[in-house]
Amino acid sequence: MEQLKTIGRELAMGSQGGFGQSKEFLDLVKSIGEARSKAEEDRIVLSEIETLKRRIVEPDIPRRKMKEYIIRLVYVEMLGHDASFGYIHAVKMTHNDNLLLKRTGYLAVTLFLNEDHDLIILIVNTIQKDLKSDNYLIVCAALNVVCKLINEETIPAVLPQVVELLGHSKEAVRKKAIMALHRFYQKSPSSVSHLVSNFRKRLCDNDPGVMGATLCPLFDLITIDVNSYKDLVVSFVSILKQIAERRLPKSYDYHQMPAPFIQIKLLKILALLGSGDKQASEHMYTVVGDIFRKCDSSSNIGNAVLYECISCVSAIYPNAKLLEAAADVIARFLKSDSHNLKYMGIDALGRLIKLSPEVAEQHQLAVIDCLEDPDDTLKRKTFELLYKMTKSSNVEVIVDRMIDYMININDNHYKTEIASRCVELAEQFAPSNHWFIQTMNRVFEHAGDLVKSKVAHNLMRLIAEGFGRRMILQIVESYLRIIGEPKLPSLFLQVICWVLGEYGTADGKFSASYVTGKLCDVADAYSNDEIVKSYAVTALMKLFVFEIAAGRKVDILPECQSLIEELSASHSTDLQQRVYELQAIIGLDAHAVECILPSDASCEDIEIDKNLSFLNDYVQQSLEKGAQPYIPESERSGMLDISNFRSQDQHEASTHGLREVQQAATVPSSSDTGSSEVKLRLDGVQKKWGRPTYSSSAASTSNSSSQNTVYEVTPVDGSSNVNSKAREASYDLKKTQVEISPEKQKLAASLFGGTSKSERRASSTGHKVPKGSSHVLKSTAGSTTDVLVEKTTPVQPPPDLLDLGEPTIKDGPSSVDPFKQLEELLDPTQLGSSANPGIVGSTSAPDIMQLYSDKPASGQSGGFMYPSSSNRSDDNLVSGLANATTDSAHNITAAAHPSQFSKGPNLKDSLEKDALVRQMGVTHQVKIPTYLKIC
Amino acid sequence: MGIRFILMVNKQGQTRLAQYYEWLTLEERRALEGEIVRKCLARTEQQCSFVEHRNYKIVYRRYASLFFLVGVDNDENELAILEFIHLLVETMDRHFGNVCELDIMFHLEKAHFMLEEMVMNGCVVETSKSNILAPIQLMDKTS
Repeated sequence: MEQLKTIGRELAMGSQGGFGQSKEFLDLVKSIGEARSKAEEDRIVLSEIETLKRRIVEPDIPRRKMKEYIIRLVYVEMLGHDASFGYIHAVKMTHNDNLLLKRTGYLAVTLFLNEDHDLIILIVNTIQKDLKSDNYLIVCAALNVVCKLINEETIPAVLPQVVELLGHSKEAVRKKAIMALHRFYQKSPSSVSHLVSNFRKRLCDNDPGVMGATLCPLFDLITIDVNSYKDLVVSFVSILKQIAERRLPKSYDYHQMPAPFIQIKLLKILALLGSGDKQASEHMYTVVGDIFRKCDSSSNIGNAVLYECISCVSAIYPNAKLLEAAADVIARFLKSDSHNLKYMGIDALGRLIKLSPEVAEQHQLAVIDCLEDPDDTLKRKTFELLYKMTKSSNVEVIVDRMIDYMININDNHYKTEIASRCVELAEQFAPSNHWFIQTMNRVFEHAGDLVKSKVAHNLMRLIAEGFGRRMILQIVESYLRIIGEPKLPSLFLQVICWVLGEYGTADGKFSASYVTGKLCDVADAYSNDEIVKSYAVTALMKLFVFEIAAGRKVDILPECQSLIEELSASHSTDLQQRVYELQAIIGLDAHAVECILPSDASCEDIEIDKNLSFLNDYVQQSLEKGAQPYIPESERSGMLDISNFRSQDQHEASTHGLREVQQAATVPSSSDTGSSEVKLRLDGVQKKWGRPTYSSSAASTSNSSSQNTVYEVTPVDGSSNVNSKAREASYDLKKTQVEISPEKQKLAASLFGGTSKSERRASSTGHKVPKGSSHVLKSTAGSTTDVLVEKTTPVQPPPDLLDLGEPTIKDGPSSVDPFKQLEELLDPTQLGSSANPGIVGSTSAPDIMQLYSDKPASGQSGGFMYPSSSNRSDDNLVSGLANATTDSAHNITAAAHPSQFSKGPNLKDSLEKDALVRQMGVTHQVKIPTYLKIC
Repeated sequence: MGIRFILMVNKQGQTRLAQYYEWLTLEERRALEGEIVRKCLARTEQQCSFVEHRNYKIVYRRYASLFFLVGVDNDENELAILEFIHLLVETMDRHFGNVCELDIMFHLEKAHFMLEEMVMNGCVVETSKSNILAPIQLMDKTS
């Protein structure tokens, strides 16, 4: 019916002759529209191509008809078929004088061609002419094309005209000229570097459209070079203020919001300019605060602006009031039923969490709901948030969840991302070696082909350098177990082979024949993978050598023998060489092989005897036999040419000798590890000399040193396990009616460190930070609360809460002196640890530190942390009261879980989550002691 | 860059309008459209209007039989893009009067002209409906 109506309209228009379209065109569109399958659509388009090929070359086609053909060509390409036969006709149409035809021609060429297409040269002339046209619509059309089809080489051909048009009397032209210049800047910044000031000028254009468009290039410029645009802060703020005060023409309003899209762009720019700049940020506070207040939170667009405000507030120098406003908006987003708002809320939370870690705690249940939502988008966003708030207390829960999710998705792009995040987090925060190895095994097993080889190399180095023998034995055991599984990723097999070669027999638990048998199986099973085979052969060689060195008889299994024979005829020269080396080396005596391949020495530096002192005997003998003594180059004189020649010769010979010696001396490294592993070794060497080489993986390398410290924390597990169990028991006894998905609460607790009163947090920030990292701020607040979680989850009335015997709060009344708290916040030990070097810094980390060190100096009583947190606790109390009115049985802990009440318990959900949380509960308990110990 | 592409696709997955702000070959376009249309059309009304795809996001909105899909960089404000789609629809509504899929099909070039006014270099440059439609109305008058 709808279709008929529209077609009726078309026919009517056709009869008017206005935008008349031929019946042919109407039929085409109609048949495409009615096509019920892709195949049918393809048939229509293919026959259309035939028709067009015939028709379009006919002589004397009326202009209108031609325009229609061009649109039909657009259809052909849009539906995925090649219309290149007609490109030239589109180009010709751009030459037409009629505006509509010209513009249609221009549109078609921008859709058909890219900027490097051969036909562009035929258009540049037309563009040049059109840029000078009296008709501003033609100028605009030409500028549209300039933005799409001018490449670096053709920029000079149109640049002067474009610059001239910046001062055109029509605002539409100025706007498009600015965008053309923006495009040139994107294509080739150097070509317009002298014209950049024009963007500043156009920011003050009388027309809001031009001003709004100018924000696009300015945003790009400021992203690259913030400092050159600090002077514009005041202008941007004043523009934003005027917009917020509705001084712009009504036509820019959208759903009663004044120019929201321009507001958003401005907020993005302010976020850039205010980042880490207190002075600049102070200019912005008022206007951003105004927008927070004025925004209509019931409309989508209002929420879009509010979200941008949060992004801005969390990027600029922190302001307590604004952070509070941001937290309120986030709370509203997260409580909303709309998935879109939840998504924005989670994203915003991830931004704000850097500044106010306590915000996350309020929303733990909402976050967990999002994590368990079937909607993949929301889930992934939540994983991103969790990634940002990972610390050593919750790393197990988070990474386990991530891996579970990773295993179940097919999207390789995201799988790669989440795998590398798991590795990063595990390396950074692993609470125990055991867990670390298990986690790495899982990641490698399920996404081994997606992670970077660097990760594998890091892991190998870590195993060799950072782990004790007992741990390595565990690893070997796990690898020997895993090795039998089918279809392991190549990279994982490489790691396994290397580790088995180095340590397979080290503890004597496994016999050489057992391990070599396994390695032969691998080489056999993955016969297409040459790298794996090389690793396996080298591992075999090492195992044999260790046997010889230990004085045992090498017992080469028949399958091993046949493998060696097979590979000695391999097409791969690398494999061949390895096998020959293996054969040569196992023929040597114990002393020789020990020198060649010392056991567990992969991390030791290889010393090169540059003086070749071990050759002294040989030289002596030769001299005795009458050889010429060696004369150092400097001492040589005589005929220049010859000596030069000779010295060169000798030099060459000597370097050659050196090389050979070196090779002999370094057999353990160069020949046993082969090309791919040489890289690994270099890594190790580089590490000794400095971090800079690791720029790309600073995170993973920095931890190899820090990891040791972390791991040591684990052994206390047992005692506190009991502790928390006891507590749980008391929890069960005391409270049976608060059964509102306690599983969820537990999950929340394990993720967030549960709820806690902010006073406690503030007073306990003096605790030693578990580990220096970019997450320091997060972890101080989070980790300490984690200890508290366990104490606060046993739901009790407020007085009990304070009575729990946490030593840190005992010395203070519940209303703590803000100055004192501030002092504690600034505890030097914390400063020290947060200044821990060698950490991947999130960009804002320095700002935060600066903030801390600034505070006492400026003597401001209101550090942003404190007021916001104290207010928050007020909030909690207030909402607690509110809750109490609805359910008097509820108590203070419940107050911190407001969403839990709004959601209400869902028995089925709870049961489902129960199983999961029970699993997690175990890991959860394991990690608490880390903190108890630290505290 | 901001916006990478704008697509209009009907509920059978047939492309009704495609505008790319970075050059892709015909094959790449075909593959991309197939992939994301499959992804977005499979989603329910309650789910987010945003989908992550490779290293960017797709913000989409459905109007009757027509889906509007906008590919944006990761740092774009998704809600704002969602409203940008609505602004586009409102603008087309104002011009065509109760716009429908066939309006866009019959006036493909006009829909493109509107987009040309609204988006340049992948940035939203004009959001005033009267400014967007002015050149199109002028062209209607003169021809």
